Amino acid sequence: MTTLIAILVLGLIAAAFGALLGFASVKFKVEGDPLVEQLDALLPQTQCGQCGYPGCKPYAEAVANGESINKCAPGGEDTIKKIADLMGVEPEPLDATHEQDNRPKVAFIIEEDCIGCTKCIAACPVDAIIGAGKQMHTIIADECTGCDLCVAPCPVDCIEMRPIEQTTKNWQWDLNSIPVVELD
Amino acid sequence: MQSIINRIENNQFWKFHGGIHPPEQKFLTTNKPIRSLHLPEMLIIPIQQHIGVAGDICVNIGDQVLKGEALTAPSSPMAVPVHAPTSGTIEKIALQVIAHPSGLSELCIFLKPDHKDTWRERNICADYKTLARNEIVHKIAEAGISGMGGAGFPTHIKVDSKPNIDFLIINAAECEPYITADDLLMREHSATIVQGVNILKHLLIPRMVLIGIEDNKPDAIASLKKATESYNDIHICVLPTKYPTGGEKQLIRALTGKEITSGSLPIHQGIVMQNVATCFAIAEAVIHDTPLIKRVVTVSGQGLEKPQNIWAAIGTPVKDLVALSKSLQAADKKAIIMGGPMMGFTLPSDHVPIVKTTNCVLVPSEKELALENKEVECIRCGQCADVCPSRLLPQEMQWSAKAKDHAKLKELNLFDCIDCGACAFVCPSHIPLVQYYRVAKAEIRQQELLDLKAEKAKARFEARKARLEREKKERIEKQRKASEARRAAMEEKSGEGSTAKSAVAAALARVKAKKAQGKDVIEDPREAAPEKDTQKSQVAAAIARAKAKKAKAQQNEPVSPEENSVHPDEQVEAEKKSTDAGKSAKVAAAIAKAKAKKANSTKRDVETSETNKADDSKKSAKVSAAVAKAKAKKLQKEIGAEEQQPTPIPEVDKKANVAAAVAKAKAKKQQKEVGDDEQQPSSKPEVDKKAKVAAAVAKAKAKKTARNVTQVAVEKESMVEELQSEETTIETTTEIIVEPDDKKQRIANAIAKAKAKKQQAQPIADMASSNEEELPKEDNKAVAKKARIAAAVAKAKAKKQQESN
Repeated sequence: MTTLIAILVLGLIAAAFGALLGFASVKFKVEGDPLVEQLDALLPQTQCGQCGYPGCKPYAEAVANGESINKCAPGGEDTIKKIADLMGVEPEPLDATHEQDNRPKVAFIIEEDCIGCTKCIAACPVDAIIGAGKQMHTIIADECTGCDLCVAPCPVDCIEMRPIEQTTKNWQWDLNSIPVVELD
Repeated sequence: MQSIINRIENNQFWKFHGGIHPPEQKFLTTNKPIRSLHLPEMLIIPIQQHIGVAGDICVNIGDQVLKGEALTAPSSPMAVPVHAPTSGTIEKIALQVIAHPSGLSELCIFLKPDHKDTWRERNICADYKTLARNEIVHKIAEAGISGMGGAGFPTHIKVDSKPNIDFLIINAAECEPYITADDLLMREHSATIVQGVNILKHLLIPRMVLIGIEDNKPDAIASLKKATESYNDIHICVLPTKYPTGGEKQLIRALTGKEITSGSLPIHQGIVMQNVATCFAIAEAVIHDTPLIKRVVTVSGQGLEKPQNIWAAIGTPVKDLVALSKSLQAADKKAIIMGGPMMGFTLPSDHVPIVKTTNCVLVPSEKELALENKEVECIRCGQCADVCPSRLLPQEMQWSAKAKDHAKLKELNLFDCIDCGACAFVCPSHIPLVQYYRVAKAEIRQQELLDLKAEKAKARFEARKARLEREKKERIEKQRKASEARRAAMEEKSGEGSTAKSAVAAALARVKAKKAQGKDVIEDPREAAPEKDTQKSQVAAAIARAKAKKAKAQQNEPVSPEENSVHPDEQVEAEKKSTDAGKSAKVAAAIAKAKAKKANSTKRDVETSETNKADDSKKSAKVSAAVAKAKAKKLQKEIGAEEQQPTPIPEVDKKANVAAAVAKAKAKKQQKEVGDDEQQPSSKPEVDKKAKVAAAVAKAKAKKTARNVTQVAVEKESMVEELQSEETTIETTTEIIVEPDDKKQRIANAIAKAKAKKQQAQPIADMASSNEEELPKEDNKAVAKKARIAAAVAKAKAKKQQESN
């Protein structure tokens, strides 16, 4: 008799907690993957595709699903470090197959060579190129992410990537130029 | 509020947190008057000397400018113009290293003074109170005034705030060591400064005007007190000397006890602060219509023989000021600091020009610089936190800055740091704390910019993706609709019983039928087949023609049975061939024509009208045919009793046509008139000579041979034998046509051979047989040439025959 009561009581408790968990899983369901959003926020949003994914969000999704974290060339070491922190893994050096020169650049159209083919306009992921068929095109430098995607489609090779010039506005203090001794 | 005012009136002020007492070193310059304006050889005027955006350059290289003329025009509210400090010529507009710790270049206007110092026209305003408020603000903006204390915020924006503020504070503290520029200005120009304060009072209508001044400037306090004797609302507030009393938040705290919280501005608490030098510039601008073209600069330091304050034109290179004060240092060891010792920066070059915010140029001696102090580990003494006027935790910030932990730095309110350098000053480990903060601040700002850019890029990328998706959908929708519409249209048509195609074909057929009717030709309805292809229709037309001729022939005279039997067979043949290609079709047409002619030959009077009906489009062919007809008629007349020669070739080159006709005619003439082997030279100028001659010669020769060999005809060539056995030439031609290669030439050959044979067979010139002579014609090639070739071939054959005989 006592064993029967014990089984009954335990069974009831199990049923109650089961119901509670079931309710909670429905009620507090997490929509989407917050990790992907967080990763996406860390990426530089150049939409360059150098990581092998068509944009930053797809790469964020891939990283969340176990892709290696060292494929974002424009983000460089900083981004890798941030992703490593977020994912709780060790930072890795930037994938060697990716471009090492990740200085910020901006596309520039040599306007006298432009034939107005609109191919670069179609390639630009952020619509930073103005122009029309048989009209000269130009880059909106402020909107350009320096993703390099417009360079290849140009039939006359009139697009080049130029490093962003340093001005007093974007200048960074350099500790090496200041009499500062680094301590270990 | 009242308690605050009472406290101020009793000269009981507050204390701000921290602060230091560095060696003042003001004695170096404080006892000397301001040296009068010195103009250098070249003024270098950076187009941006303030916080905000640069104006647009409104002068060109080579322009003559007058003193006080604006060189840039403000393009936005945050832009202030720069002016020519003296009259002269614009030498160049180029990049030049400017007063910035980076040592980077910015756009500068190079003005070469003409030393005449000619003013532009000025409108001196005796009473500014008659001016409207916005007129005064406009004058301040036009004069290019930006805060002269150090930050360089455009003054017209600051003074254009909502009036009826609580406190207008004039910053005369000048707390930084060495600098005495404001001190001297107050001593020498207190009246003008008070005028400037009155203008600000007029604009802002404050409850109280407080002039905050440190007690280490007794002469300046005295002269200010004298100048403000008649104004009850202006309070001279003498504060104890402590660095950094001159900081905006620190001075507000010290004078009013109010804390300006992180992220807010003094105006939010009803306070506006202006520097004394700015007040002087405002008075100059509003009353004397003098833009900001010069300022007092303290040139000091123990590295100078004559440290002093100098009125310097904006754009004067630092080198000139240092030269005026006689540097004691060797040129290569010279370190020049712009700004005070606490907040200034080392200049990368002494060609850097003085700008509106430059209050001090420091040329320290080596012992003043104290570079030998090496940074050592932080000992956590906490002195930095004690002296920090912003109540920050410099030590923690330093660690976070070294670790580049930007989030932590923001948590520690790094951006409330005013870079005063008090922490570094007291640090026993000689840690250059401010440098770490500056680096971290710049990095965070840059990161924020990048984040903003990334956010924008993301938004644009997403917008583009959405747009592409939308466009794709629209396109698919459009295609679907179009295909539906097409299908519907088709169904509608088929409901009527005929497709669009068949309708067109029907229309074509109708047209053809009409044409045929007009010519009184019986046309088989089958022949007006619905064919789009012109070639095919040509073939059809040829067949139709042939049939029509046949019909005519039948109508007029019963035809011999053998000919009748030939016709339908060949017709079928021709029809078969016609389906393949245009060439064969044309050949077929020719055959048909030939046949028709043959039929015609049985009756004498048939006219050549059938040619017209045959061609559908080609005018030139018609014309050529007409010409040929005319020629033929002419020849008929000439010859007299002969039967006429129809030349029903629709699509041939004119010349060739004519030539052939003429040649034929000639040949006949020869046959008849001469009767022997004499040859007549060609005489008609309008026809192709060569073709004519060739044809004539060929025929003549053929006849000759025919006459010579009457009984025996030994032929080596199988083709010739074949032809011999048959009476008609048509069959040979049709056979040859089947073979694709060298068709034309072979046709020509065959015809020529046939002719020759015929002549052989019938030695006496037969008129009827000559009717059958015809050169093959092609429409789209150089027919004249071919005709010639044919003739030549014929000649050759004839010769061969001769030889064989």
